[in-house]
Amino acid sequence: MFSAAVRISAAGIRTAVRSRPCFTAPLAVRCYSHAKPETDEEFDARWVTYFSKPDIDAWELRKGMNTLIGYDLVPEPKILDSALRACRRLNDLASAIRILEAVRDKSGPHKDIYPYVIQELQPTLRELGISTPEELGLDKL
Amino acid sequence: MLSSRALVRGLQSGLWRRVSTTSGMKAAHAQDLDVIDCSVPQYNNRRDTPLPDVPFVQNLNAEQKKLKEKEKGPWTNLTKEEKLALYRLSHELSYAEMKKGSDEWKTVIGGVFFFLGFTGLLVWWQRAYVFGDVPRTLSPEWIEMQTKRMLDMRVNPVGGFSAKWDYEKNQWK
Repeated sequence: MFSAAVRISAAGIRTAVRSRPCFTAPLAVRCYSHAKPETDEEFDARWVTYFSKPDIDAWELRKGMNTLIGYDLVPEPKILDSALRACRRLNDLASAIRILEAVRDKSGPHKDIYPYVIQELQPTLRELGISTPEELGLDKL
Repeated sequence: MLSSRALVRGLQSGLWRRVSTTSGMKAAHAQDLDVIDCSVPQYNNRRDTPLPDVPFVQNLNAEQKKLKEKEKGPWTNLTKEEKLALYRLSHELSYAEMKKGSDEWKTVIGGVFFFLGFTGLLVWWQRAYVFGDVPRTLSPEWIEMQTKRMLDMRVNPVGGFSAKWDYEKNQWK
């Protein structure tokens, strides 16, 4: 009897939850998660904010960059711009060059992504004095 | 297993580096590669980890320390060589060097073929000098009598053995 009462109350709770906004298709469309998928702009904005932290520390830069490179995408130039400026705040030129190398490697067979990214970043690279890996000969063996 | 291979290569490169470098360079490398301290963050060359936990060179000599000081100012004041030196202080291998393959596979394939060939020689020798005569049931005369018997028995007459024998002309089709 006690377990029956628990079951009824549990079902009552479940129906209350289900009345929240969801896909109201007549067939069995199951909402596994009520979260809205993040848009590309939100993703970019989140990462730009991450690297824009004024007192970002070296660990956070490394963690952020390694995580970003782990994703199945090439980061937008604006995220990279934010990351390069973080390198500047941390006085770390080597990391800035490494980030550019990583972007080139990340583009894989799509050879037109990296020149585009460099072209977009040119103002920042010139302003901060970051040489590209090609200028330093790091792309040769 | 991969990490142990990397360990071996690290040890090997450490030993070779010892042999080939001058005493001045020896001070530049932080890790004593004979004994890798696994209780502290280590440097690694990985394509998926662009910024490793520690810089490659950790014990800086005076000249390198000066360069690090200069790094705190505007990077436009750095020459190309200085930028390259700063990069090499933090990173052992560039991406290009990391991704470069080796010719080891040729050695492996060559070794495999060599040993296969050697085994072939052993097998031939065994056949020639160890094995005795073949049973008489494999002699040509026996095979002939056997084949005749199989044809007389009409072995596999539809799609197999006897189907290929022309019984009128007494020859193979």
